Amino acid sequence: MTTADTTSQSRAAWPAFDKLGVLIALIAAAAVFLPFAVFRANRIVLGEGLLIPSALSSPSAVLLGLVLLIGVATMLLRVNPLAKLGVGFLVLATLFVLIGQSATFLTPPDNTFARVSPGAGFWLLTFAFALLVTDALTRLKFGPWQRITILALVGVAMAALLWSGAWNDLSILKEFANRAPAFWAEARTHLLLAFGSVAIAILAGVPLGILLYRVKPLRAAVLNTLNIVQTIPSIALFGLLIAPLAWVAANVPGASAIGISGIGIAPAMVALFAYSLLPIVSNTVVGLVNVPEAANDAARGMGMTNRQRLFSVELPLAFPVILTGIRIVLVQNIGLATIAALIGGGGFGVFVFQGIGQTAMDLVLLGAVPTVALAFAAAVVLDAFVEMVSTRERAQ
Amino acid sequence: MIEIQELTKVYGETTVVDRVSLTIGAGELCAIVGTSGSGKTTLMRMVNRLVEPTAGKVLIDGQDTRDVPAYELRRRIGYAIQGHGLFPHRTVGQNIGTVPHLLGWEKSRITKRVDELLSLFQLDPAQFRDRMPNELSGGQQQRVGVARALAAEPNILLMDEPFGALDPVIRSKAQDDLLAIQKRFNTTVVLVTHDMEEAIHLGSRIAVMDGGKLLQYATPQEIIANPATDFVAELIGGDRPFRMLSLAKVLSLVEPGEAAGDPISAGASLREAYAECLWSGREALPVIEDGKLIGRISRNDLARCAARPS
Amino acid sequence: MSIGLVIRLLVLALLVGFLVSPESFAFVFEPLTKNNQPVIYNQGSLLDLTLNHLLIVAIATALATTVAVGLAILVTRPFGAEFLPLSRSLANVGQTFPPVAVLALAVPMLGFGTAPTLVALFLYGLLPIFENTLTGLTGLPPTVTEAARGMGMTGGQRLVRVELPLALPVILAGVRLSTVISLATATIGSTVAARTLGEVIIAGLLSSNTAFVLQGGLIVGALAVLIYDGLSAIERALTRRTGQGARANA
Repeated sequence: MTTADTTSQSRAAWPAFDKLGVLIALIAAAAVFLPFAVFRANRIVLGEGLLIPSALSSPSAVLLGLVLLIGVATMLLRVNPLAKLGVGFLVLATLFVLIGQSATFLTPPDNTFARVSPGAGFWLLTFAFALLVTDALTRLKFGPWQRITILALVGVAMAALLWSGAWNDLSILKEFANRAPAFWAEARTHLLLAFGSVAIAILAGVPLGILLYRVKPLRAAVLNTLNIVQTIPSIALFGLLIAPLAWVAANVPGASAIGISGIGIAPAMVALFAYSLLPIVSNTVVGLVNVPEAANDAARGMGMTNRQRLFSVELPLAFPVILTGIRIVLVQNIGLATIAALIGGGGFGVFVFQGIGQTAMDLVLLGAVPTVALAFAAAVVLDAFVEMVSTRERAQ
Repeated sequence: MIEIQELTKVYGETTVVDRVSLTIGAGELCAIVGTSGSGKTTLMRMVNRLVEPTAGKVLIDGQDTRDVPAYELRRRIGYAIQGHGLFPHRTVGQNIGTVPHLLGWEKSRITKRVDELLSLFQLDPAQFRDRMPNELSGGQQQRVGVARALAAEPNILLMDEPFGALDPVIRSKAQDDLLAIQKRFNTTVVLVTHDMEEAIHLGSRIAVMDGGKLLQYATPQEIIANPATDFVAELIGGDRPFRMLSLAKVLSLVEPGEAAGDPISAGASLREAYAECLWSGREALPVIEDGKLIGRISRNDLARCAARPS
Repeated sequence: MSIGLVIRLLVLALLVGFLVSPESFAFVFEPLTKNNQPVIYNQGSLLDLTLNHLLIVAIATALATTVAVGLAILVTRPFGAEFLPLSRSLANVGQTFPPVAVLALAVPMLGFGTAPTLVALFLYGLLPIFENTLTGLTGLPPTVTEAARGMGMTGGQRLVRVELPLALPVILAGVRLSTVISLATATIGSTVAARTLGEVIIAGLLSSNTAFVLQGGLIVGALAVLIYDGLSAIERALTRRTGQGARANA
């Protein structure tokens, strides 16, 4: 009642304009006066920012202007969210295609040193319309499958854009072209680190969680210890594992043969595993504790053994909560895996730290963008899964 | 006096309260009864403008409630709700003193008032003043909630299912407390409830709501005797004769004479007297008042009283 | 005195002792060095680095708290209600940005040094505080806010006297999360030349000197645990006082 009240009051005060739209339009308006693209003679010198008219060929600049006008008009008016979503995606697609065109347009022919990268204006416009899309998506309240489908469509569109070569003149792709094999190798390592550590953590954490649920006196002590592990800064934990693992490699027969060594992937894997344990273990415990007493009683009354009860009642009911824990650690580990590069563990962090070292921001982006994209996709997909399993349960 | 005139509330397509008019005289206890969704709570919340009416108006002592800012209006009207709504981070004393504090009372006056109210609700001020709400029992919290609503000596008290969360024994005690306090301060009370029994017990007048409309507004006797619609009759339930009997006291039917067996108190309800007659198989019961025999009450008189009044 | 408290005091005493006089602890780290490497970090004072580390975290967290709480208040008022759904989604999306990425992306705008670290810590620190403040302000028991309105409190009075005090434990939990994340992320700041304890760890990694790595790691770890514990204790005290234990655990 009260919410209906307040919205109706604010509607009355702002009859025509969408307040959020006004804010986004202001951001977009500011962005138009910032450089759309940055031209640099080579990859590390300071660049020269170019506004839309000079960054694009005249027809393209006019096209962009028109699309932006449509976009701003749509966001200002109170039209339905589906229209906003469509227009938002249209503007983003135009921006993405045109930034590639701008790179081709600005790069002198046969000049392999020149670099064109997106400028602050491009980023801010992208941000503004991403806000519009996000707001529309939030209001539309799509179901889990619809969200995954939208994510997949966006993924396919991005892949098509990359594959078509439209972005080949952009600096980040030039960095990619120079080290394509390394990129794919580090991508594999990154995925292995992130998903591998979570997989091991699930295998170890869920049984540990079940144990702590059954043996109450252990619970506080183990959870507190895991909590402390969580507070150790990642970089330190990675570093601290070097010494013991080097010792294991040197002193345990066969350890080095299976790839354990002081530096590299092993300490990174162990550290990521250690960080993953707390959310998985504590969510398992919470999930099991929250299983309705009535369900357990009924199961016992029907003559289920403890084991049967665990597998057919308790774990299925606790599953959504456990899955939430897995979502948290997967997203977290995709990000944390970047730090592995500092101890020679590989992953996208290699490009980030190389880029920082060489003050080559395109290289930083080559590492950071896939990491963020991966984490984002993982979050969307797992959130959708969590929603699916919890709504199915509620329906029953 | 509260005058509700053609009050209407519309949310989108639904009319929650539909042109309701009623007048609640000073010192009356008006119980608004209805099922959930009947609009009874919305109607009450429009009195202190927690809900702004779509149309119509409310006059309090002749003054339109829209003439003052909503928050000032609310400070003059006591407000108690189901589940008490005590602020968990403030002591009992601070909770009770909220509105006086908002009104800028002097500290000493607030302290005095808090202690006075605590004593009135049989809570020892020294013991309860500085406790946190979560340290009280449900019944105590409810009493503090009502005390808080009365803190600034309002002429009007709005209550939304105030006894809904209490168990039956504490509930009937709380109801009696409310009646005593209402009589003592001559407060005008508007009380929303879904329980017809409670409405009959407490209300000097009852307003029956359904589907946003006011079906009947009358005294309990009138409502029981002549329900305006089938719905009202249904709300009262099948035992209307006994409800009738429960409204009056033994004292009203005492006749001179004697009877055998255990006496009944003059303050008991006719319903209790009738039940006692039937249970012990007696034609009449002796009646005592303050320990003195004052006459008897007969089963025939009681039965006549339970029959539909003319 | 409980065992937990004794351990905490002991950790604090050791930490202070080590920072004031690191050389006295050389014997602990001696076995970890090879080829006559220095045992104790020698490229700057550990105490200075620690204080600088804490200062950066404190400034970033203070700024983040101010802005995040302010924004959360704004979107929960009637005026900002239209921004509420979007701000929730943004907080959610924002969580998926790894701290390293935030840090690295701040460098092009701000150059190397303390500034990008401060910005990264600030931006990353916003999210937990914003999210918790939102949870705190929107999850209040409806009867309480209803009572506050019914008693004639104005919007501002409700916010200051009822909503913020009740949401405080949850907000503090967000500040605690944010502080611990910042303590850890600040170490990574050393890769962009901020003067934090990360310097010690990275120097150790570069020269394969485990003693350095351990020193840096232990100091940051001890700080994190002590600060985490201290803030938890404050929260518990507040929660107990307002008797809403069930809510603050959420």
